[in-house]
Amino acid sequence: MRIAIPANEKNMEDLVCPSFGRAPYFLIYDTQSSEGVFLENTAASSQGGAGIKAAQIVVDNKADVLITPRCGTQAAEVINAAGIKVYKSQNISMIDNIKAFEKNELAALENFHAGFHGHGGN
Amino acid sequence: MRIAVLSGKGGTGKTLVSVNLATIANSSTYIDCDVEEPNGHLFFKPKEIEKKNVSVKIPVIDDDKCIKCRKCIDFCKFNALAFVNNKVKVFEDICHSCGGCQLICPTKAITEKDKIVGEVQIGKFKDIDVYTGLLDTGKASGSPIIKKLLEENINNDKLTFIDCPPGSACIVMESIKDADYCVLVAEPSIFGAHNLKMVYELVTLFEKPFGVVLNKVVEGENPSEVFCIENNIKIIGKIPFDKKLGTINSNALIVVDEDEQYSQIFSTLLETILKEVEHETIINS
Ligand code: SF4
Ligand code: SF4
Repeated sequence: MRIAIPANEKNMEDLVCPSFGRAPYFLIYDTQSSEGVFLENTAASSQGGAGIKAAQIVVDNKADVLITPRCGTQAAEVINAAGIKVYKSQNISMIDNIKAFEKNELAALENFHAGFHGHGGN
Repeated sequence: MRIAVLSGKGGTGKTLVSVNLATIANSSTYIDCDVEEPNGHLFFKPKEIEKKNVSVKIPVIDDDKCIKCRKCIDFCKFNALAFVNNKVKVFEDICHSCGGCQLICPTKAITEKDKIVGEVQIGKFKDIDVYTGLLDTGKASGSPIIKKLLEENINNDKLTFIDCPPGSACIVMESIKDADYCVLVAEPSIFGAHNLKMVYELVTLFEKPFGVVLNKVVEGENPSEVFCIENNIKIIGKIPFDKKLGTINSNALIVVDEDEQYSQIFSTLLETILKEVEHETIINS
């Protein structure tokens, strides 16, 4: 099984990045080999729709599970359509979140926030 | 002649200034380009309203023709397209209708459909033509509504006041593009001066003639005034901070109709603006 987590640093001991779409990296962790790779999130610098593009990266890297503190509705549409399950991260390191997930200790993420799309307004 | 009224943030007095200038001028036009929160109609209460839908073009993918090359997805800089379940998915509210994906698709799998994003309303209040733009909530951009508002008004040779959206984003640029003069409304605080700087940079970028109206003026230091003096910006009017004005305004009444003192302030302001525009025309001709 492949798990995706938004990351600030390329270090599994580090905390989960608070943002999904704007996270600098994604950790893709393979539970079979117990190995993780960090991918650059090319969506982070997008003008708009960062969540959608970030979700695309997660989908393209064939993740089965996404562990994140939050996720926008648009990104969730992409993630859900690909059949990826989303769990809410805890305020512990990425590797500990993975362990918690494997012990079934993480809850499903249920609140998706509306995006701040558009480029007008205030 | 088109006069645009702008400010760096909402609640600065942009609507107060544009509504009252339009009222003081004889048989003028008022255009509310603050399409996310239009409030000029609260004061003007226009009648005989004519409504027109505004729509944009949204891509439609023909899955049979699509060869899944993902060129459209890589092209879309708004990230309005995604590839999931072996299909291209369109996020309609994110799409900015640039039409690019349609051009880039090698198999012509992309066509367009119309999607309504809001409407313009044109009505009358006494001798004033009132134009209001309304963007449906959650839609990507107010630009198409503003374009439509200004297009509808193009053959109008009346003195026109454009109540712009707050800020300095592209919808504001759209609103001032064809303006002959810009009025910048500023509050007397450090934050107000910061907001003034934003719109000041915008109007200078567009090389528009402009002047500043200081609103909510009290005794003492006014950072927005300081900013004007330092940058050699013309202050064309001052509106005092006044409880009476606040009450009239919050009852959705037009202050120049209610109070002689304000009627005077806005007449003088209008005269100043007209003189400024005339002056500009002489210089440029
Ligand atoms: S029309 Fe432009 S903004 Fe809309 S999906 Fe196509 S490329 Fe993206
Ligand atoms: S560019 Fe055309 S063919 Fe390629 S993925 Fe997009 S819709 Fe399909």
